[in-house]
Amino acid sequence: MKDEVVIQVRGLRKQYRLGKINAGTLEQAIRERRERKKAMRRGETAGRGEGTFYALDGIDLTVRRGESLGIIGRNGAGKSTLLKILSRITAPTEGVVDLYGRVSSMLEVGTGFSGDMTGRENIFMNGAILGMTRDEIREKMEDIVRFSGVEDFLDTPVKRYSSGMYVRLGFSVATHLESDIVIMDEVLAVGDVDFQKKCIDRLSRSVKEQGKTVLFVSHNMNAVRQLCRRCIVLDRGRIVFDGDVEGAVSTYLGTDRSLPAEVEFGPEYRQDDHLVRPVIRFSINRMRLISGDTPVFSCEEEAVLELACRAEVPLRGVAFRFEVWYQDHTKAATALSGNALDLEAGEHSIRVVFPLRHLTPGGYRADIVAFQYDGRGGEYRIDAVYPGFVFQIRPTAGERYYVEWRGQFWGAVRLDDLTLRLQ
Amino acid sequence: MMSVKGGGGSGTPSYHVRLVPKTRGIHLGLGEVWRYRDLVLLLTKKTFTMTYQQTLLGPLWILLHPVFSSLVHMLVFGRIAGIGTGGVPGILFYFASMAVWEMFAYSLHTNAQTFISSAHLFSKVYFPRLSVPFSGLLVSLLKFCIQLIVILPMWTVYLIRGDIHPVLPALPLLPLLLLQLSMLGMSVGVLLSSLTTRYRDLMHLVGVGTSLWMYASAVVYPLDALPPGRLRSLITLNPVTQIMELIRRITLGEGMFSLPRYLFGVALTLLLFLAGAAVFSHVERTFEDTI
Repeated sequence: MKDEVVIQVRGLRKQYRLGKINAGTLEQAIRERRERKKAMRRGETAGRGEGTFYALDGIDLTVRRGESLGIIGRNGAGKSTLLKILSRITAPTEGVVDLYGRVSSMLEVGTGFSGDMTGRENIFMNGAILGMTRDEIREKMEDIVRFSGVEDFLDTPVKRYSSGMYVRLGFSVATHLESDIVIMDEVLAVGDVDFQKKCIDRLSRSVKEQGKTVLFVSHNMNAVRQLCRRCIVLDRGRIVFDGDVEGAVSTYLGTDRSLPAEVEFGPEYRQDDHLVRPVIRFSINRMRLISGDTPVFSCEEEAVLELACRAEVPLRGVAFRFEVWYQDHTKAATALSGNALDLEAGEHSIRVVFPLRHLTPGGYRADIVAFQYDGRGGEYRIDAVYPGFVFQIRPTAGERYYVEWRGQFWGAVRLDDLTLRLQ
Repeated sequence: MMSVKGGGGSGTPSYHVRLVPKTRGIHLGLGEVWRYRDLVLLLTKKTFTMTYQQTLLGPLWILLHPVFSSLVHMLVFGRIAGIGTGGVPGILFYFASMAVWEMFAYSLHTNAQTFISSAHLFSKVYFPRLSVPFSGLLVSLLKFCIQLIVILPMWTVYLIRGDIHPVLPALPLLPLLLLQLSMLGMSVGVLLSSLTTRYRDLMHLVGVGTSLWMYASAVVYPLDALPPGRLRSLITLNPVTQIMELIRRITLGEGMFSLPRYLFGVALTLLLFLAGAAVFSHVERTFEDTI
């Protein structure tokens, strides 16, 4: 039962044409056809190959009952196309997909809701679109309403709903479906944090207790971590990683951006610069990594950077801080410089030593902020670059007391080790 | 596109769907539409509520629409052009004919827009796409039934007064004829909607085409008002003419009927239905990529 295959994808490819060829008028189509025939007569291959690309380029995937599979990848990697084919919205160009079980797909919350109909009517409509019969919906009505928390507005047209209520209602209907395979695309991105948590709990429970299979596309790595035990990374229509979530996240970040050892900070590195710096007195112009060629470290190492800066006027008490973000866009921690520099006007090269021992394996970026102490516990920001320094911490196995860091539960910062002494 | 197998397997029914690039033969998927019949009904209900939401007269418009158009036709064809109605009282002739025609025209019209008007749904969730045309068909039939509220009393009064001479034993055939007509409209509509996903030009043709079709269908004039000749035999080849005349023959006692031509119309209806469904099922598989 546990090893039962529910989704079997073999050699799946999906071709799209580039340009507006298909959106044409009759005249265009006739002309095109004629040209294609002409080309064939000349012995050329028909103009099919050019102007096309494969959104999915050879996908093989097996998913078993009770698995929750995360699908991550950059925009355009083919995630949505894969879900569209599995949801039977569009047909594959090549390959075979076998689905063993009822599929309910949620590529959008509240598909088929119409504003003029009441919440109750829309539950029936939405449920029917998703493949439930009226009796099934009636049976589940109470649960759906309770889960969504819109009891009092059930007979109000949904156009008067707040967007949160709308999302909750749509999600409730979809998760109460009698289905074996649940497909979700980024639907949790909407809705508030509490409701997101409630949804993830509900889904994980249905995976565990009812043996449902969940396919989940998201850019929110934390949601993927909480819901999924297995994760694939798509890149340009292929699966480049298939395995545990942490590995997938690292791979995804690896494909996401290259890690430069030297960065020139142009205007694209500054946010609201005119607000932060009405008068430019100080600029961080360049960052160069001194320790190593690539910014990949183990947590025992220190990163040594050189910042090329320019002071327009003499400045006293210039300090720096690194605001460190974890790869899922949550703030991990901040490092402050322990001392400050007095600078003459002109170019300066400032060496920064950045100890990394509190950071756990994963991808990080640090916003570099330069500021002056005002002497009363406050600070005055003179420049900031976002992100100033992008780096990775690689896992260090092999220690005597090594344990894999579980960032989703423990956080991105590892405090100094506790000392145990038997009394 | 797929094969669905229901069957045993640890208490719960097991489903198997296979998705492949190409299908061989015509795949209608009518069984699946049947499983989604609740959706068809809900879509029908939705069309009704949406059409008459925030209107003063509401569903009364279903009655007013043919009243106005039959008054106009009575004036233009009856008074100005002086074309008779084959002895049938004018108001009943035009009203009944218009109601029947509008059922056909509605079925054609709404379904010709299936892919365009349901694009937002089709691109987000799978359900048998034919559910939408079938609900269009139901709406057209329902509208006609509502119009019967006016037609029936009128008909009864004229019947009692002896102004019309219907073929009463043939009355049970009426629902079948109406269904055939409505299906014909749906088939043509579905065919058009499949083609409009590729060629938007067709959208503009639908409006012009239906009004031309009406004049070629002996709706606002009895067929025998036409002089025998090439034009008349051409018009009799039109399946709508045959159904129209047959309905009027049965209900009003006026109309020409030729069995071979009618059977030709039935064959054409079936052919168009199959063609429509086949093209539709071909288009629905990849329409998402072209729309």
